[in-house]
Amino acid sequence: MVKLSTDDVLKLAQLARISLNEDEVTEFSGELSAILQYVEQLSDVDISGLEPTNQVTGLTNVMRKDEVRDYGYAPADLLKNVPAVKDGQLKVKRMIG
Amino acid sequence: MTWEPIEDIAAKVNKGELNAVDLVDTSLNAIRQKEEFKAIIAIIPERARERARHIDEKVASGERAGRLAGVPFIAKDNFLVFGAETTAASNMLKGFNAPYQATVIERLEAEGAICVAKANLDAYAHGGSTENSDFFTTRNPHDKTRVPGGSSGGSAASVALGLTPFALGTDTGGSTRQPAGFVGCVGYKPTYGLMSRSGIVAMASSTDTVGVLASTVQDTALVVDVIAGKDDLDSTTIARQQEGYLPGAASVAGKKIGVIKEYMGEGVSDGVRKQIEASIERLQKAGAIITEVSLPSLSLALAVYYILCPAEISSNLSRYDGQRYGYSYEDAKDLSESYTKSRAIGFGNEAKRRIMIGTYVLSSGYYDAYYKRAQIVRTKLIQEAVSAFEAVDFLVGPVAPTTAFKIGERADDPLAMYLADTMTVAANLIGIPSVSIPCGMSNGLPVGMQIMAPQRADRELLTVAAAVEEAVQ
Repeated sequence: MVKLSTDDVLKLAQLARISLNEDEVTEFSGELSAILQYVEQLSDVDISGLEPTNQVTGLTNVMRKDEVRDYGYAPADLLKNVPAVKDGQLKVKRMIG
Repeated sequence: MTWEPIEDIAAKVNKGELNAVDLVDTSLNAIRQKEEFKAIIAIIPERARERARHIDEKVASGERAGRLAGVPFIAKDNFLVFGAETTAASNMLKGFNAPYQATVIERLEAEGAICVAKANLDAYAHGGSTENSDFFTTRNPHDKTRVPGGSSGGSAASVALGLTPFALGTDTGGSTRQPAGFVGCVGYKPTYGLMSRSGIVAMASSTDTVGVLASTVQDTALVVDVIAGKDDLDSTTIARQQEGYLPGAASVAGKKIGVIKEYMGEGVSDGVRKQIEASIERLQKAGAIITEVSLPSLSLALAVYYILCPAEISSNLSRYDGQRYGYSYEDAKDLSESYTKSRAIGFGNEAKRRIMIGTYVLSSGYYDAYYKRAQIVRTKLIQEAVSAFEAVDFLVGPVAPTTAFKIGERADDPLAMYLADTMTVAANLIGIPSVSIPCGMSNGLPVGMQIMAPQRADRELLTVAAAVEEAVQ
């Protein structure tokens, strides 16, 4: 039976790029363990001879031409939702300390 | 308030007997009068009135204004729509103004429909009650102490309250059908791929579909007919059925209808079972051939869903990184902290839970045991459905095991909340169309009957649904 420790939760949160405080870590370790225990019932199912389903209507490799299309959007409008813009480009915080 | 059939409204607008501007104002007034139910996140008065004036002018100059001319509608707030923010009821997307519109919104507008408001939902469509909305909880029109279902609870409540003749929702695991059942309206989930998801905030891409909510099957089918079909901007879309989606001559006589054994057993409340059984009896009297059908793997569908869905969510929600759009933590000392703090503050608890579960089941070492195994059990479920549809034309059962539950009743237990999806997730995993239809009340609360059909049999499903609607009411 899966039981996520607080260290496990911290590791997951780090992988998912979400910072958590101590209370949240404790709360999530209980809740996430309960969810994983519920879905664990699949481990008893006989799946011999079956393939996984990745696409449910059977479509494969839907191709289109790789060409520039004009949708009529102005770059300035598309940048309106960006938190920080400098010289028409996204500005991010420094990466190396 | 109640609206005339959509077809009649559009016909009158096209003849100049009704003004689109008046229809928009009627709808906006209704929204104001029913504010206490908290169905709506934002209204779109300026753009709606401007579009309405344009339609009235078109009609005055002798042009036709479309099959939905002047018909107001409400879109769930995870559809990109001009004229108001698109928030997906999340703090993360507060303040986001869509730079383009969803394909289905464009198609509705091309036929003259007018979006007047954006409806509440569980944030990012994660939930079954609207209690996971980062803003507020929508109230059930039949009992304000109860939830309207979810995640499209605002859209469903809007239709039940008569704010507009129809509303758009989304259905990834039941998010259109379950709230339709809880408020007593029609909720339609098409075959996977029949309607474009371009311009809709992505949740779980292998099961995400658009949903249509309306008072009658006829109204629902007209909307389906306008928005269904291929779209270059969503490569999973499939071709329309040639005859379109308006119901043909509707009758249940001679139709082979299978009652799903697994949906009528333990866990279904007595009140729900009673209404469903009474409705099935009426279908039998109307000439339907009723049998019991068993799909043993249905009991596993919820577990399959709560592996695949969080996995896809963890991938789809990685785009919210605080850099390109959405909430951004300003005081971060570096890029890494900007990511982790923006996501910590921007996401609510349910989004975090699903992202972390998804991260877990996709991580190396666990992938085969969880994700891949769930994909294989999904195959098993599909095979059982295919063989069931060799024996019957349609499958029926309740849309949910209970009627609408009390606000707060399940809010502290995420797993108990997931159980609200127990009868709806299978149709999403199998990719088949499914509809919820009102079939009476239990203790003053609506009960919804679910009908499912094989993939790409949407027209057949809408046709039989019209007949079922007539037979059970």
